[in-house]
Amino acid sequence: MRKRLLVLALLAGVASLGVARVAGAEAIDAQKFDQVEKGHYLTVAGDCAACHTAPGSSHDFAGGRVIETPFGKIIAPNITPDRVTGIGAWTDDEFVNAMVKGTGRNGAHLFPAMPYTYYTKVTRDDALAIRAFLNTIPAVHNTVEPDQLPFPLSIRAGMIGWNTLFFTPGAFKPNPDKSAEWNRGAYLAEGLAHCGMCHTSKNFLGGDKTSARYEGYDLQGWFAPNITSDKRIGIGNWSVDELADYLKTGHTQAAAASGLMGDEVDLSTSHLRDEDLKAIATYLKDQSAPSPNQAQSLPSDQPIMKAGAQIYADECAACHKSDGKGEPGLFPALRGAAVVQQADPASLLHVVIRGAQSVSTKPAPTGAAMPAFSWVLTDDQIAAVVTYIRNAWGNAASAVVASEAGKARASLAERND
Amino acid sequence: MTRKLPRKDVVIIGLGWTGSILANELTDESLDVVAIERGPWRNTATDFPVSYMQDELRYRIQHELFLQPSQSAVTFRNNTNQTALPVRNWGAFMLGNGVGGAGVHWNAETWRFLPSDFVLKSHVTERYGANFLPADMTIQDWGVTYDDLEPHYDAFEYLCGTSGTAGNLSGKIQDGGNPFEGARSRPYPTPAMKQGYGHTLFGEAAKQLGYKAFPQPSGNLSKGYTNPLGVTLGQCTFCGFCEWFGCANYAKASPQTTILPVLMRKSNFEVRTESEVTRINLDNTGKRATGVTYVDSSGEEFEQPADLVILCGFQLWNVQLLLLSGIGTPYNPQTGEGQIGRNFTHQTMSTALGFFDKDKYNFNPFVSAGSMGVCIDEFNGDNFDHGPLGFVGGGYIGQVQTNGRPIQTTAVPPGTPAWGPKWKQALKDNYLSTINSGGACHGSFQAYRDVYLDLDPTYKDRFGRPLLRLTIDLHDNELKMSAYLTDRWSEILQKMGAKQIVKQPRKGPYDVTQYQTSHLCGGAIMGDNPGNSALNRYLQSWDVPNLFVQGASAFPQNAGYNPTGTVAALAFWSAAAIRSQYLKNPGPLVHA
Repeated sequence: MRKRLLVLALLAGVASLGVARVAGAEAIDAQKFDQVEKGHYLTVAGDCAACHTAPGSSHDFAGGRVIETPFGKIIAPNITPDRVTGIGAWTDDEFVNAMVKGTGRNGAHLFPAMPYTYYTKVTRDDALAIRAFLNTIPAVHNTVEPDQLPFPLSIRAGMIGWNTLFFTPGAFKPNPDKSAEWNRGAYLAEGLAHCGMCHTSKNFLGGDKTSARYEGYDLQGWFAPNITSDKRIGIGNWSVDELADYLKTGHTQAAAASGLMGDEVDLSTSHLRDEDLKAIATYLKDQSAPSPNQAQSLPSDQPIMKAGAQIYADECAACHKSDGKGEPGLFPALRGAAVVQQADPASLLHVVIRGAQSVSTKPAPTGAAMPAFSWVLTDDQIAAVVTYIRNAWGNAASAVVASEAGKARASLAERND
Repeated sequence: MTRKLPRKDVVIIGLGWTGSILANELTDESLDVVAIERGPWRNTATDFPVSYMQDELRYRIQHELFLQPSQSAVTFRNNTNQTALPVRNWGAFMLGNGVGGAGVHWNAETWRFLPSDFVLKSHVTERYGANFLPADMTIQDWGVTYDDLEPHYDAFEYLCGTSGTAGNLSGKIQDGGNPFEGARSRPYPTPAMKQGYGHTLFGEAAKQLGYKAFPQPSGNLSKGYTNPLGVTLGQCTFCGFCEWFGCANYAKASPQTTILPVLMRKSNFEVRTESEVTRINLDNTGKRATGVTYVDSSGEEFEQPADLVILCGFQLWNVQLLLLSGIGTPYNPQTGEGQIGRNFTHQTMSTALGFFDKDKYNFNPFVSAGSMGVCIDEFNGDNFDHGPLGFVGGGYIGQVQTNGRPIQTTAVPPGTPAWGPKWKQALKDNYLSTINSGGACHGSFQAYRDVYLDLDPTYKDRFGRPLLRLTIDLHDNELKMSAYLTDRWSEILQKMGAKQIVKQPRKGPYDVTQYQTSHLCGGAIMGDNPGNSALNRYLQSWDVPNLFVQGASAFPQNAGYNPTGTVAALAFWSAAAIRSQYLKNPGPLVHA
């Protein structure tokens, strides 16, 4: 999720107009270590560094990461306490408003590449704690011009209309019918952790498609998979503990996080407390699935399945095994794996074409990697083996054709990440 | 112009097995550790991926994973009457390069030495008398015992997930294992590998002859395994591309598959690749190392100061770097004085090919693994009476055929033309029905006064430094032993049903072009006093106490086993001494 961000841009933060301070807010006190610690934790939970720290940079939160959106590029700004190029001169209210209302320092609207549509759920105390933490990091003088969008998308006033359509401001409201654990999970998943930012598809204007909540989304060469409780393509077959463990370690016995989710685990979820991860898992497991998806496996005697089976035996079975069960904790299982049966095969194509490095975490350090096969397999062969994997061992998903493989190959070749 | 870098607590020279072990142990002490590695970074999925690793031409013939002689070579001669010449293509041994070192391309045969191997000189003298040994044989005791090393052998086996069947659990002999092995404190972490047909047949024939056959201890894993560091290895797929190759399946124990994933996460560890250490620097007393000087791939020279220097290169380069840095006294074969370069040894390999009836036997040799094998240990070390035989030493004997690769493993019966239709037909007739166990007799190599290493007076490397000169030949003791072991192996082949046996005992002179093993040993050996060794029992230099020298260069002589298990056990043993003793009170751990 490093570059998860979607539609438009972020913090503008140019003008120096002061905004009246809201009375009654809990003040930030640099001596309040508890608050700073809490803020540190929440900053990790919000995965702020994913965008606000440039890849490979030793200057945390000094900005500079380019965020791809369907509408153009946005550069994540400097949020260190530098008074000129960072947010050191911002008042606490300005900071809180940026997070929960999507407004910048001068009142200009942020683009929702900044996930304020999720962060709006964050309580004021938590937002202030994040500010308290950010006050303690080294100020870095680094001028970032966030807005790289073409006219007329660069007109921030346009966000007023967008917000009317797609933004429901307001702090999280607990559901009294659910457990405290479920509510904690909901607060995190719908707020700071902003799971839907990747796992919910967007409409043509970049707003969350509320009718397809958590049904997956195609971004940056991957398909962030369905995380509803659908048993075939969602997380219906995962236990709460498995899901929590996956967020903690990046791995289960059958699955491994790589790509954007690997980054998410690395930078954010692996650092969260076990009880918070369990809460998120409890909440996500309780999200209903759309009407059951009755996909049928392609018959194994189809030519594409026969060809795919041969390629699988030659190239894949050494690690993923003939029965598709993989090697527990090392090579992901493909049999019954939701990630290979998604309606959109982008992630499977990505991994076959480019290879993938699974995330290394303290409890699961191995970080095994899949090699690239683009150089050895033609588009037809990739289509065949991917189709086979999607339909072998009881899996069921649409066939993939060579032109899809070719398109994925071409677009991945252009990526520099 | 040399750039001086900020001081580190520890500098490690070479990031292979021993460098990785020492780095991991010393970073656990919160020390700031840098490793400087001559070769490149190496990763499974990018350097030997499953999509092209099984390329015999690329890796076996063209040596892709090895050091290139143009980068660093050695010179060779059989004796002091000859003029040594540079070795321009590796033959008798392969020299690893890059992160993981030889741990990337080994077969992963993971043995322990016998308890008597560590006290060889005193053991043999006691049993057979002082006059039993040839006058020019310079074997000696190690200064460390099997019991000292047992916990560290155990640590390495559990790091690797070694697959095997215990033969001696805390003194109790176990069925199916090696009854001659030293007592082990617990079983192997994973069960022994499955064996091929030829290997199984060997075990049955050996039993019929009264021997106790057992599966070879293997670092190609019989099942998935997660080691104590939390790193997971996969199950071996018997592809038969192990030695000379990296494992594409994460199924062969190597630094990459056991330690590096954890080590590389540590903020107090750093590796600088493609950087060659050119000397260990000493202060003006000559008794303290101040760090190292190295050159990176752009040719820029750096000085890396450090409090503790750990030399973890391959055996030959360890000895060369000590000589180039003026540490210790170079060995003089005329006087027998000096320790650096002394007691250089290798391995005495031999075999016999077994041709079987193709209509009755199909061994499917391509279903294989580097350390798959069934062995006997009746003729190793001093497990048998050498009195009437007139030699010392021995080796394990086994059907340890590692591969059926199409370029290398193409034995045909004697008399077959070397090319053309008749050769092709003979290959076709014999490929599936031949036992071609290159390492069938894995013989020891004793130390001799006239087998040693020094700096070549003529040839220089790309930095203008003298090349290392190898002076090595086979002595009667090894030739006799090899003939004896080859006969025993041939008897077993006979019992297995071979219709034709072609014995290939080791013959002199030592041939630097014919592959033996990469088990070069000695040259900076360990011992109990500075008069007989370069290092004390903790692998600490007698001359420069803040320098430790790891690896097989410390072996006083080589036993009849593959050395890596012992190399690694010594590394853990040395690391434990540094952690528990040296860091508290830096200085000599043994007072001469």
